[in-house]
Amino acid sequence: MRMVMCREATRLMSKNLDAPLGFQERMSLKFHLAMCGACRKCNQQFQLIHDAGKAFEAKESSPPFDTDDQTT
Amino acid sequence: MASWPDSSQSDTSKPSAERQRRLAAVRPRLLAFARLQLRDASEADDVVQEALITAVEKNARFEGKSGYETWVFGILKNKILDALRAQKRHGKWQPWSDDGVEAAIEQQFQSSGRWTDVARPSSWGDPEKTLFSERFWQVFDSCMIALPDNIARIFTMRELMGLSTHQICEEAGIKENNCWVILHRGRLLLRACLEKGWLSEANK
Repeated sequence: MRMVMCREATRLMSKNLDAPLGFQERMSLKFHLAMCGACRKCNQQFQLIHDAGKAFEAKESSPPFDTDDQTT
Repeated sequence: MASWPDSSQSDTSKPSAERQRRLAAVRPRLLAFARLQLRDASEADDVVQEALITAVEKNARFEGKSGYETWVFGILKNKILDALRAQKRHGKWQPWSDDGVEAAIEQQFQSSGRWTDVARPSSWGDPEKTLFSERFWQVFDSCMIALPDNIARIFTMRELMGLSTHQICEEAGIKENNCWVILHRGRLLLRACLEKGWLSEANK
């Protein structure tokens, strides 16, 4: 298995949101996340950003900014 | 407020008062969504108006398989996609430029590939509460505006419109590999911006 550092790990966690990772990639990411708390947080936050789009359609968590004031 | 078109010549029924109320209620969210995706306020107003008119005209087509708001958002996404295609056709998409993106990302990592001290991710607290927070959405909005156009367009097609990277490649005329690179950059930039805005506010 290839050891990856944080920068490469963020590339893999990002790609994981868009496409299935290969076996090697999956193992590298899993191993890195097991060791690195900062990257575990980054992974959660990428996931949260990924889910944010759906929140627009969900009534309860509607982005509340009043867009009528932002025209200028 | 949208003025409802006269639908007497069509075979569909007019939305009930309840649906008209829900359309009015969802309009600010449709606008916020369209503005983030199109990055042009008047164009966003136009597509939202078109989507509301279509929702009224095709009222009878709503089958209740999804939520009503989800159905309306589906209509809006199609209108946005048409608008994006028109933007591209009319040469409104600037050619790729780096805009200091690479430098901004370089600052997040040491040459060894580890996070730099300033960029190392901190906890944002409970994700559920975060997404429900009004302040988070204000930060999200301003961070999205700060993203360079080229990155934001691809990013929002993926994360707001929910297109697959395969579809995005076709719409934007780029390779899938390139798409993953752009999304990775967008997520890193947005994450850093959100953290800065979100945590600085939370610590006040």
